[in-house]
Amino acid sequence: MTLDAKIPSGPLSEKWDKHKFEMKLVNPANKRKYSVIVVGSGLAGASAAASLAELGYSVKCLCFQDSPRRAHSIAAQGGINAAKNYPNDGDSIQRLFYDTIKGGDFRSREANVYRLAQVSGSVIDQCAAQGVPFAREYGGLLDNRSFGGALVSRTFYARGQTGQQLLLGAYQALSRQIGLGKVRMLMRTEMLELVVVDGAARGIVARNLVTGAIDSHAADAVVLATGGYSPVFYLSTNAVGCNVTAAYRAYKKGAFFANPCFTQIHPTCIPQSGDHQSKLTLMSESLRNDGRVWIPKQKGDKRPPELIPEGERDYFLERRYPTYGNLSPRDIASRAAKQVCDEDRGVGPGGRGVYLDLSDALERLGGKIVRERYGNLLDMYERITGENPFRVPMRIYPAPHYAMGGLWVDYNLMSNLPGLHVIGEANFSDHGANRLGASALMQGLADGYFILPYTLGHYLASTPRKPVAADHPEFKKAEDLARARVNHLLSVRGKRTAASFHQELGRRMWDDCGMSRSDAGLRRVLKRIPELREEFWKTVDVTGSGEDLNQALERAGRVADFLEFSELLAQDALHRTESCGGHFREESQTDEGEAKRDDAHFSYVAAWEHAGDGKSATLHKEPLTFEAVQPAQRSYK
Amino acid sequence: MNLTLNVWRQRNAQDKGHFLEYQAKDIGPDMSFLEMLDQMNEDLIKQGSEPVAFDSDCREGICGMCSLVINGVPHGAQFQSGSAACQLHMRKFKDGDVITIEPWRAKAFPAVKDLVCDRSAFDRIIQAGGYISVNTGGTPDANTIPVPKPAAERAMDAAACIGCGACVAACKNASAMLFVAAKVSHLTTLPQGQVEAKERVQKMVARMDQEGFGHCTNQSECQAVCPKEISVDFIAQMNREYLKSL
Amino acid sequence: MAASGAALAGFVVAHLAGNLQIFLGQEAVNRYAHFLKSTPGLLWSARLFLLAMGALHVVTSAQLNREARAARPEPYAGKAYIKASPASRTMFASGLIILGFIVYHLLHFTFLKLHPQYGQLTDALGRHDVYSMMVLSFLNPLICAAYIVPVFCLCLHLSHGLSSLFQSLGINTERSRAGLAAGAVVFAWGLFAGYAIIPIACQLGWVKLP
Repeated sequence: MTLDAKIPSGPLSEKWDKHKFEMKLVNPANKRKYSVIVVGSGLAGASAAASLAELGYSVKCLCFQDSPRRAHSIAAQGGINAAKNYPNDGDSIQRLFYDTIKGGDFRSREANVYRLAQVSGSVIDQCAAQGVPFAREYGGLLDNRSFGGALVSRTFYARGQTGQQLLLGAYQALSRQIGLGKVRMLMRTEMLELVVVDGAARGIVARNLVTGAIDSHAADAVVLATGGYSPVFYLSTNAVGCNVTAAYRAYKKGAFFANPCFTQIHPTCIPQSGDHQSKLTLMSESLRNDGRVWIPKQKGDKRPPELIPEGERDYFLERRYPTYGNLSPRDIASRAAKQVCDEDRGVGPGGRGVYLDLSDALERLGGKIVRERYGNLLDMYERITGENPFRVPMRIYPAPHYAMGGLWVDYNLMSNLPGLHVIGEANFSDHGANRLGASALMQGLADGYFILPYTLGHYLASTPRKPVAADHPEFKKAEDLARARVNHLLSVRGKRTAASFHQELGRRMWDDCGMSRSDAGLRRVLKRIPELREEFWKTVDVTGSGEDLNQALERAGRVADFLEFSELLAQDALHRTESCGGHFREESQTDEGEAKRDDAHFSYVAAWEHAGDGKSATLHKEPLTFEAVQPAQRSYK
Repeated sequence: MNLTLNVWRQRNAQDKGHFLEYQAKDIGPDMSFLEMLDQMNEDLIKQGSEPVAFDSDCREGICGMCSLVINGVPHGAQFQSGSAACQLHMRKFKDGDVITIEPWRAKAFPAVKDLVCDRSAFDRIIQAGGYISVNTGGTPDANTIPVPKPAAERAMDAAACIGCGACVAACKNASAMLFVAAKVSHLTTLPQGQVEAKERVQKMVARMDQEGFGHCTNQSECQAVCPKEISVDFIAQMNREYLKSL
Repeated sequence: MAASGAALAGFVVAHLAGNLQIFLGQEAVNRYAHFLKSTPGLLWSARLFLLAMGALHVVTSAQLNREARAARPEPYAGKAYIKASPASRTMFASGLIILGFIVYHLLHFTFLKLHPQYGQLTDALGRHDVYSMMVLSFLNPLICAAYIVPVFCLCLHLSHGLSSLFQSLGINTERSRAGLAAGAVVFAWGLFAGYAIIPIACQLGWVKLP
């Protein structure tokens, strides 16, 4: 099967406008007859559900949390990029496009990324009109700051809570539509199966997490906005509830999973303090604007930081990457930190940490300004570690943060299964092998506000409408499948908790398929995963029943999917023997230890098709062609 | 350290509910309060009992999902102010402590199970008017609406609310004034939000009353437990807006 | 609640102004009392207004209390407070004590039913000798206590009530709130000092019988 990305013809800068004109429109009077299910209520899901409802479609939106406002987009701290060029420092659509393609290590689609840069400005306009309290200059105009991977200031922000404010903007837009009766919101409801009828996605089966009821929901199209899968590593910066279940269930129904091995490790997280830990906390990388990253030059130097003289400190990012320095992209900064820790120069308990030092900034700007810029982050750091960053340099270490990989989608954000659209972090499309800071919020909102409302309409208008009811046999089959799985989980009654399986899976994935990957390590983890999965189904202990709120059951279902998905991730990592972006293969590096891409063999999107349980997935390749930019070895030196 | 926990157990909304005592053993100072509960739950599953249900998601103090009353105070704010329970660490406790853990209690937040309650009343208040009515697209360039920096800062102070409901839980009248005031003030302080200011405050207050929250008697307990330390000044601002709208 | 409270607080101030005339001597007090008595229109409209405000205040507080209990049907096992002032937490109790005191106070000084032995005197001009009634009453330590303790409750009540009023009526702003709240406390305890000084002065003999 050939993967058609349906990229419009014509010059890059005109594709989207041309496509918008060529796409079919739904008669406004008919829109309410079309039903759309949006799974997830984060930036992508909430903005899409609200925008589609405004257009007149009948929308149903689901989230597993108790309110759509809790989706994990809320935790994004730093900001959102847009090619507004307000600071007059040389930004443009072209530059944002180029930075994103380059930042993604030339593993993303030019046309998608260009469109993202094109609509980025509208996203800011939309959010400002909604009342998002962006930071302002004294003249009342919007303020910008710089962020990793860019030499221009194009990041809009609302203190250290940009994700929260953007999500609340989308949540309020969504709430308005719920209040108007245009969106039906189902909270504490988790999608368990995708339903495909005659080759097209026609609905889902979901479990009401409070009553345990498993119900069918039919629609003319399904939108997955279910976020990323970083908790496959157990410890990550994601919320404890983030999971791959919806995306993975769609994959098992025939949707292709693209580039699962492209995972992002964020360089500035608070190091792990022990085995009890349930998640890792991110410190916004905006701190790297004013903080300097260093470690002692000497191996095993256990002196407290203030006793290490300037001459004995190694500002390794500034040393290795003089142009970008502390603002090097995430993958590069993370790997550099890992390397120095592997050299036994790491600091803090276990030696897994590097210093992020604000003392220069404190001297230059004074405590007041530093507090103004980063106050809440620094408070958070102190709460978690018990150390005051105004006195002692912070300790940071990389942690899994974002999934660039996701379900394969074409230019219309539709997967290979007609009717199934995938937006936000859940799709693979825009960030290639590495995402730049402040671009996730941009992509989630661009997809939801400005891309999907057009392309979904096009799909509906160009597909003959054939109503399918929730009593169709395919729904019945999917419901039975979901119930059988729940009952199976409850019937094992073994002696090991789902959490402990998750923990073990995560540790193995982090060790062998984390920041640096080798053939031997990947084979090791690929051998262990099926064993672990078998143990899980034999010995997992899920208490309680399926008829009420049962968090152990929810957890077990998600872990079960991670136990299958992790194999796909590792398989993808094994097959891609090049290093690119967040995917670092030890076998493929330059003499200086930098990632070495292999464009001759790997300039494609790896889209995996489920071949049946127990069989290895089938690889499909979507070749990447570059017209506007010439792939080059990424250099931030 | 070892702790004794008195935890509220309630099978479902109909069940009466009661306290059960548990022992939490080998708790480290770097654990968060929720990680301490995780460990207790793991032990409970191993013993064949059902773990204690409690809400949490981001575990970094921003999603607003966690909702525990710890020794009579939401989020355990007597131990650490300005944070949610997920950011409270066990170094604030000492060996042998007895800790009572209850859910948010309010008529408008009906019990779901154990420490989990239903806060959809907050969502319905927002649905009633907690927004600026703009559709997607057609908005002017962001810089055509200048916002004075102090107004932007003040709006942000109010908008920082995470919607956890601790204000309701702490209030002796189970009033939602701080939550509603934060949203009213956030939107009214910005020029974009002034167009619908009157309608908004009327609709949101009406919905709040309809949901069965109590009234504000200005004790400021809400501010003291708020993870974002939202000021009761916003309640005065909302009252002002409300009187203006009449 | 706030509006009726404001009206009642206004009365408390005016009443104190009247009372403090005790330091001006018998003539001032009795002339003032006689003036009030001789303008029944003014007196009764004030009394009816106060009665209405008092009733409104009681009714709204009962309603608040009922709604608060309805808003939390299941109480906490152990509710702890970290910010709420003692005054704010005892509003209902202090209000009840004040209500009781008002009844006692009216029976004592207005209807002259309690301690009638102090209430039947007349001065040289044949006016009701309010001055002597006050001084004689406050020479009795029990009556002093029955007066000072409820007035303490009243001022406690006012210290929260007034700052609460600024909040409820939306008068507070970011800048003024702390100042207004402190002002309310100073004002309330100023009132207490004003009211308490009268029985103390009688006890200490600063104010003497004519």
